[in-house]
Amino acid sequence: MADAPVTTERRSTAPLFSWAKPIVFTLGSVAVTMLGLLFVTFIIGRVMPIDPVLAVLGERASQEAYDATYKAMGLDQPLLVQFFYYLTDVLRGDFGMSILNARPVSEDIARVFPATLELATIGIIIGVVLGVPLGVVAAVKRGSWIDQIARVVALVGYSMPIFWLGLMGLLVFYGILGWVGGPGRLDIFYEDIVPARTGMILVDSAIAGDWSVFRNAFSHIVLPASLLGYYSLAYISRMTRSFMLEQLSAEYVTTARVKGMSEWAVIWVHVFKNIRVQLITVIALSYANLLEGSVLTEIIFSWPGIGSYITTSLLSADMNAVLGGTVVVGLVFIVLNVFSDLLYRVFDPRSK
Amino acid sequence: MSDVQTMRAWLLTDTPSSRRHAKLASLYKGWLTLRSNTMAMFGLAILVFLGLVALFAPLLAPYDWMAQDLGNRLQPLGAEGHLLGTDSLGRDILSRLIYGSRITLYIVALVALIAPIAGLLVGTVSGYAGGWVDVVLMRITDIFLAFPRLVLALAFVAALGAGIENAVLAISLTAWPPYARIARAETLTIRSSDYISAIRLQGAGPLRIIMKHIWPLCISSLIVRVTLDMAGIILAAAGLGFLGLGAQPPSPEWGAMIAEGRRFILDHWWVATMPGLAIFTVSLAFNLLGDGLRDVLDPKDGNQ
Amino acid sequence: MNALNRLLTGAALGFAVAVTAVPAVVAETPPNMLVIAHRIDDLTSMDPAESFEIAASDALRNMYGKLVNLDPEDLSAGYSPDLAESWEVSEDGRTITFTMREGITFHSGNPVRAEDAEFSLRRAILMDKTPAFILKQFGFTPENVEETIKAEGNKLSITTDKRYATSFVLNCLTATIGSIVDKELVMANEVDGDFGNTWLKTNSGGSGAYKLQSWKPNESISLQANPDFYKGAPAMERVIVRHVVESASQRLLLERGDVDVARNLNPEDIAGASSAEGVVIEDELRGRLMYMALNQKHPELSKPEVRQAFKYLVDYAGMQNSFLKGQYTTHQNFLPKTYLGAVDENPFSLDIEKAKALLEEAGVGEMELEIGVREAQERIEIAQAFQNSAAQVGIKINITVGTSKQILARYRARELDVYVGAWGPDYPDPHTNAGTFAYNPDNSDEANATGLLAWRNGWDTGGLTEMVDAAVVEGDREKRAQMYRDIQAQFRETSPFIVMFQLTEQIGRQENVSGLSLGGPITNAAYWTVTK
Repeated sequence: MADAPVTTERRSTAPLFSWAKPIVFTLGSVAVTMLGLLFVTFIIGRVMPIDPVLAVLGERASQEAYDATYKAMGLDQPLLVQFFYYLTDVLRGDFGMSILNARPVSEDIARVFPATLELATIGIIIGVVLGVPLGVVAAVKRGSWIDQIARVVALVGYSMPIFWLGLMGLLVFYGILGWVGGPGRLDIFYEDIVPARTGMILVDSAIAGDWSVFRNAFSHIVLPASLLGYYSLAYISRMTRSFMLEQLSAEYVTTARVKGMSEWAVIWVHVFKNIRVQLITVIALSYANLLEGSVLTEIIFSWPGIGSYITTSLLSADMNAVLGGTVVVGLVFIVLNVFSDLLYRVFDPRSK
Repeated sequence: MSDVQTMRAWLLTDTPSSRRHAKLASLYKGWLTLRSNTMAMFGLAILVFLGLVALFAPLLAPYDWMAQDLGNRLQPLGAEGHLLGTDSLGRDILSRLIYGSRITLYIVALVALIAPIAGLLVGTVSGYAGGWVDVVLMRITDIFLAFPRLVLALAFVAALGAGIENAVLAISLTAWPPYARIARAETLTIRSSDYISAIRLQGAGPLRIIMKHIWPLCISSLIVRVTLDMAGIILAAAGLGFLGLGAQPPSPEWGAMIAEGRRFILDHWWVATMPGLAIFTVSLAFNLLGDGLRDVLDPKDGNQ
Repeated sequence: MNALNRLLTGAALGFAVAVTAVPAVVAETPPNMLVIAHRIDDLTSMDPAESFEIAASDALRNMYGKLVNLDPEDLSAGYSPDLAESWEVSEDGRTITFTMREGITFHSGNPVRAEDAEFSLRRAILMDKTPAFILKQFGFTPENVEETIKAEGNKLSITTDKRYATSFVLNCLTATIGSIVDKELVMANEVDGDFGNTWLKTNSGGSGAYKLQSWKPNESISLQANPDFYKGAPAMERVIVRHVVESASQRLLLERGDVDVARNLNPEDIAGASSAEGVVIEDELRGRLMYMALNQKHPELSKPEVRQAFKYLVDYAGMQNSFLKGQYTTHQNFLPKTYLGAVDENPFSLDIEKAKALLEEAGVGEMELEIGVREAQERIEIAQAFQNSAAQVGIKINITVGTSKQILARYRARELDVYVGAWGPDYPDPHTNAGTFAYNPDNSDEANATGLLAWRNGWDTGGLTEMVDAAVVEGDREKRAQMYRDIQAQFRETSPFIVMFQLTEQIGRQENVSGLSLGGPITNAAYWTVTK
């Protein structure tokens, strides 16, 4: 799948629950969405033509071993019964064991999700820090060369296959120039030095005060994060520009200008204040998209994140792992949505 | 000459004489705005070119896209008889790119038909009916939105088997919810407008209202969305091809070509780069056109 | 200073440092550490009684001792004493009694006893996981292990149901499933009568050169040297196998000195890396075969002339000299080179006219076939090359690519017309391949002998089954070798298997790394002999 947060612009779930309606409704619909999410994943897992039993036993299993494992995995139970068992486990915080590596799925997710979180966070920071000013300037200087450049930068970002760009980036910046670290999160000999507290190596090494590890981790993350950052930059700068233009033509801007306010004051004090809510929604969406895990980026950079975890598990029919991963990603998406909804209500004067 | 002049004047009139006249006039004005946008026209030109290439592929391709020559593999750019070199099995890359354009257009056309229409259907029904129908449909839309896109598409392809048609279906499956949202939002604004009430008073049924009056009004914002999404769709199809779940070999689908060529990226970079450039060019063309169309069709964005 | 404060100042500081000073020099791994780039996504368990994948077998060979083992420095010598220092065979040839070596300890400090060996072999039979068939072919069953596998003092005796060639039995014990585990430690971690299976999946309890420090799925395997290893402490104190998928990424890591060894370089990257400074390419013949199988359930494919014709439709030389260059060489027999009874006769080559004539003889006109292949690039290319030559005799081939699990499930269900796949031997005895390619006692659907390649393709072997049965009990080495040569001669001509290539694994390594054995055609990698 494309990594760019382009194809599906996810709009906030705002229209469905208004401020007046009780929080119960919000929670209720979150729960219903989660339940649906689980159910659909569960069904997909069951209709997959990949045999989970073979996934466990391997190519040369005898038929007796096959039958025994089939039963042991509870596959002889009716579908709804299987789903019910699974659901009760999930509610207790138990995602079950990975059928492939015999570890609790929750443990695996605790390992892979921070890797994605770290990458996505740096990516979105790059995207916002560069994308928002670029969008603002492009809108203010509409039609100028800077606007054209911003447009090209954004459209190129939309249009570039990320796996190609990733491989080329790796070749140039790591292979030839040696400016950044190679695939993986750390050089081998820096591994397991700092205790894993958050699972995010930059944070862990900072807590431990081990700057050599921090530096190494940074040199590894900078390239994939810049790539992801570029893709969110493309989207964020376009949206910023569009929001800005809408506001710039509004009456209050003209009034402010007439009153003799400086152009910069008009832009940053008045206009920007008005678009920040929309902007937060857009940023939250991009962030959610990055947190889904960018499979292709993760593959190319040997980044052990949630995207490649779900994909690998899916292709080897490790359905507990897929379900667990999906629930976490879905939850993140829903939480971000509710969060941007909340901000909407706090900041947007019209909703009060 | 004068005929053209009068035609132009007729189209640009401020006082249209009929509904059809008005429609044509507004279309023509839109076209003029679009034409003044160099970048959009550039995008359109690329797409027209792509269409022509796909149409005349057998005439344009110097070789059979399947013809292998193991003794003549991984030839560089500009090698004798192979302008863009050859791939791992000694097949002419240019010929494969030319035939691959057909597949790209096929994917684009199918997704562009399926996803927005499905979204339109769900969105307008949900918005117009309101109440429980709305809640249920929007919950379903939410579920699909909250679903990790890649898992959905991968799972779908894995379940139905790899192949171009299934890849298209999988991408459509992940692409419809945003259209449903847009269509619903549009419907909500239109539904309460006076003119719909008037039609309702005249005795029109809900089906007629949705199909005859609401759909046409949603179309323009959907077209803009679809055009802008096209790049994402091409890239998604290429991504599935890259993971081995899209078109099956020996199909010259561009994403699959990148996947095949990426093994040689360090020493024979052109094998993956040429299809990469092709994807890039077409995606860019769609984006440029979409950007221009938005200026024309979607005045809300203030790009006028 | 609270944690958050430290974190923030630290992050700001670190950011500044990181941005300003990223080294551009070629890195080097520490002198006492071996770093290997390898694809390890097939790894599912570290329990030697269960594991059956290449990546795990490599790690397990370094973690566990066995009764008899193969010496990485002289693989051609065959099995030699390991944890057992000697053995005797009874008069009737059915019982082998091993005498355990004294003074060896497990990583835990527990002594290695005959009791541990008894426990390990019984455990493998009782758990009955996939690789258990390697031991079960000697007639061991969960019911009879009490009598057939017995420890007494420092001796362990095993009794087979028939008289087999002693070399066959001992060869099987060099397989991963022959690993001796630490009974006390393993049983201390038993849950619900699982023989410690759950615990051993992610831990080690052996006496080998290394112990498992950590295994992060799809990320890395870390091994820590065992200083008390009875053959002497290994030079490499840590061995890390890092999961790197792309060949290009592996090559970049190698060329920049971030890994010592890269194991999945494709021919083009091998060619490119060979010219890099400080990098040496090494070839090692392995046991894996690439083959194509024709489903005998298909009415046309089951005709002898058609089977023969297909063998002339493969461009062996063309593939070997192009996209398989240096990594696969033509080999048309089911026993890999160096195996007892292996032959080097490769009578088939691409011959479209001959294939056409054979097809005409069989009365086969145009037909359409489905060929299944898993998503490994060289296999897809083999399938496409075949598709190309088949098209020249009017056979249309549709390629279905899937994940290994998907394709395998259909292959095992006898659903594919043609399958392109690889097969690696499980233990260094000719029976390992003879017993699957040319052995199929019951060809009915009900038999469900999915472990046998001959059954999967619905082939009744035309009398080879009996010959394989006879060969496996032959005690005379030379006679036995001749029997396998005869079986292969018939197999080549009549079987629905088109054995095409044997693997030569090419690795790239730093020039200062020496002594790495991948295990040749018969076993797995050994790290304890490596020096830098």
